[in-house]
Amino acid sequence: MPPGHRPGYDPFGAVTVGTYAPSGTYRCVRFATNFWDSTLPGSWRREIEGMPAHSLSLVREDATPMPVVPAGPRYQSWGRYPRVARQDVLQIVWRCDVPRWDTLDRSVLPFGQGRSYGDSCLNEGGVLLDASGLRRFISFDHDHGILACEAGVTLAEILAVTLPRGWILPVIPGTKFVSVGGAIANDIHGKNHHRAGSFGCHVRNLELLRSSGERMTCSPESHSDLFAATVGGLGLTGLILSAELQLARVGTALLEVERIRFGQLNEFFEISEESDATCEHTVAWIDCLAGGRKLGRGVFHRANHVQQTVPAGVRTRGTVALSVPFYAPRVLLNRYTMKAFNTCYYGGQFTTTRKRLTPYERFFFPLDSVRNWNRVYGRPGFLQYQCVVPPRVGRDAIREILERTARAGRGSFLAVLKQFGQRASPGLLSFPRPGLTLALDFPFQGRPTLALCDDLDAVVAQAGGAVYPAKDARMSPEHFARYYPTCDDFLKHMDPRFSSSFWRRVTGATD
Amino acid sequence: MENVLIVGATSAIAQETAKCFARSGAALFLVGRSPDKLQAVADDLSVRGASKVGSLAVDLTQTTRHPEILQGARAFLGRIDGVLIAHGTLPAQERAERDREYAADALEVNLVSPVSILTVLSSYFYEQGTGCIAVITSVAGDRGRRSNYVYGAAKGGLARFLEGLRARLAPAGVRVLTVKPGLVDTPMTAHLPKNLLFASAERVGKRIHRAMLRGQAVVYIPWYWRWIMLVLRSIPEPFFRRLPL
Ligand SMILES: Cc1cc2nc3c(=O)[nH]c(=O)nc-3n(C[C@H](O)[C@H](O)[C@H](O)COP(=O)(O)OP(=O)(O)OC[C@H]3O[C@@H](n4cnc5c(N)ncnc54)[C@H](O)[C@@H]3O)c2cc1C
Ligand SMILES: NC(=O)c1ccc[n+]([C@@H]2O[C@H](COP(=O)([O-])OP(=O)(O)OC[C@H]3O[C@@H](n4cnc5c(N)ncnc54)[C@H](OP(=O)(O)O)[C@@H]3O)[C@@H](O)[C@H]2O)c1
Repeated sequence: MPPGHRPGYDPFGAVTVGTYAPSGTYRCVRFATNFWDSTLPGSWRREIEGMPAHSLSLVREDATPMPVVPAGPRYQSWGRYPRVARQDVLQIVWRCDVPRWDTLDRSVLPFGQGRSYGDSCLNEGGVLLDASGLRRFISFDHDHGILACEAGVTLAEILAVTLPRGWILPVIPGTKFVSVGGAIANDIHGKNHHRAGSFGCHVRNLELLRSSGERMTCSPESHSDLFAATVGGLGLTGLILSAELQLARVGTALLEVERIRFGQLNEFFEISEESDATCEHTVAWIDCLAGGRKLGRGVFHRANHVQQTVPAGVRTRGTVALSVPFYAPRVLLNRYTMKAFNTCYYGGQFTTTRKRLTPYERFFFPLDSVRNWNRVYGRPGFLQYQCVVPPRVGRDAIREILERTARAGRGSFLAVLKQFGQRASPGLLSFPRPGLTLALDFPFQGRPTLALCDDLDAVVAQAGGAVYPAKDARMSPEHFARYYPTCDDFLKHMDPRFSSSFWRRVTGATD
Repeated sequence: MENVLIVGATSAIAQETAKCFARSGAALFLVGRSPDKLQAVADDLSVRGASKVGSLAVDLTQTTRHPEILQGARAFLGRIDGVLIAHGTLPAQERAERDREYAADALEVNLVSPVSILTVLSSYFYEQGTGCIAVITSVAGDRGRRSNYVYGAAKGGLARFLEGLRARLAPAGVRVLTVKPGLVDTPMTAHLPKNLLFASAERVGKRIHRAMLRGQAVVYIPWYWRWIMLVLRSIPEPFFRRLPL
């Protein structure tokens, strides 16, 4: 091979070397006389010496293939329930370096930031493909708000880069510490679902790596079935390497927020109806420990982006100030402290509505200001139960669920109620659909907690609703099949090497 | 620092330092061995705010090509204000004990190659009379330990070289920074079980950026390694030898 020859891969998996070699260690197979002296590292030279002078071809072996190692304590889900006894992890750091599938003998599952509550991001007995190393931006078109980035980039990083240039993520969940891959795989929603729909509505395309080694660019136009399966696909259709997102224009990083206190559930429906017409973001916090005439009392939050520039001196960035450094003892969290918390929060609101300017972080991510807040639930962890019920029967179903929760007295700090809009979610298994969605947190107290959730499932199934897999650790296979009737269709697009603890639980699959 | 050259730019730590420079709008020239990885890093830095990003793919053990690095960087950046040299490998100690060539290779990547690059760069900087050269060594170079002495020898040798280079370039107004990270959670240490001593690449990268701007001479990252190593260095060898390190 003449000096200066462009390098390239030959079809037999060998690589020819020219003025540079792609990263990797190389086993020398044959040797060229006039070539290696100035361009090969010493170690190769030594290896090559003594070989018949003929032609050079070096077989590429990955330099330091990333090892599969036991997964450390970081690889848990946000609810800390269930715990995984054994799973391994393989870091994915480069888009160009694919995992060596032949060395992986167990099922694999992508892992983003572990902000899912239950077991949908866990793979007991298998291997996690940690995509958090895929954290690079690819391109950003400032004029049209089109951002391409790797799948491990977090929403926090995106906002930090795009907000100063006047673009915001069109869908923002309750924490900024989730990855783009995770946001797509759960087709997440935000407080503006009634306007913007789910996250997947704004994905222009994504690059998917299948265990066959194939890389596919999927979009609503090309490989559209695989795109629909991957959005909301719970990480089971392959590893998302990158995605291209359509962002939304925004004038400032501030919101004008109004809080309205309401005394019972019916008032919520009225305020919500009226607010969804005028406000970009709407959500309500509910005191789920209050029963009887106070059932469903709470505080409604609604907000719009401030479009013009704002006076100097207004803080636009929140910081992570607090942290829960260790697991809190369970005694701190009982029905009396929770009742006190909820009552104070409700009572602490003004009875009249007030508008105020709020930095976006404080509005969207109030919980992010206390890092590891999930530890307040102590070692046993907690469950979140989030359901959606269709508009027609929704009001009664929500009332029924709140009644059952208040009766059981097991609710806790956070109950969130919101009206989803009509915009269809693009994923086969997407959770968001028109209706009312309610999210409840329960400290995990074993069987009674599970029994209460089963009880609520009966109401949701009856109403024709669904429970959110991203938050689930316990729904039964029967209920899953009812909530997600498109599951059979989905199975056709699953990658055969991919599986999760969640998937095995809700489908009864063995691997 | 407006124009920065980064050698070993695909290293996890180097990427984090480069992001800090990019955020302040610097122009960057990246050198590494994999064109695909360099492209991915270059794109990322452009989005994060770098005014321009160029790159050169070269295996850094090919010392004969080192002059190209300087030529490439000067052609792209004009003046070079700062350099970070970050490439390296962590050899498996066990293999290095029995495989002569493997041990020699470890020194080639971790010692010979940075020394060669620095030799090319130092005369340029000497003439320029300003700038900062930062090189990543390691706390492992502070003491020879049974568990990691081949790597330690390379990093220790490099630290000595930098000490001398600093003395030579200081009168000319050029600063030389020796960076000594402790354990960092990067692909290099992916095979090691993690404990509380591991710092994130992000933390280390940011600290390097700050040290380069401040013109420090030697930094331990995180800071507590300075004290840990002070203690370890003060233990006489007959005792040190017996420690399970
Ligand atoms: C405080 C808090 C508030 C929240 N608020 C909301 C909210 O308002 N709305 C909402 O919808 N959700 C909300 N969530 C849930 C969270 O948004 C989702 O669980 C999200 O998917 C988590 O993303 P992650 O990056 O942590 O992914 P993980 O939890 O690690 O993984 C989630 C799923 O994505 C898959 N996945 C991850 N990366 C990839 C990839 N690269 N390729 C393919 N699959 C991948 C995994 O296999 C898994 O199935 C909240 C969670 C918390 C902790
Ligand atoms: N991680 C730690 O605990 C730790 C502790 C102390 C010091 N350090 C030092 O910190 C520096 C950065 O390492 P890191 O932790 O960021 O690990 P890393 O991500 O593995 O980076 C090492 C880099 O060196 C490059 N490299 C290796 N051999 C090369 C060659 N012959 N030519 C060109 N590039 C080569 C690699 O290129 P490819 O990407 O192409 O393979 C890789 O980008 C190293 O000098 C390391 O010794 C690390």
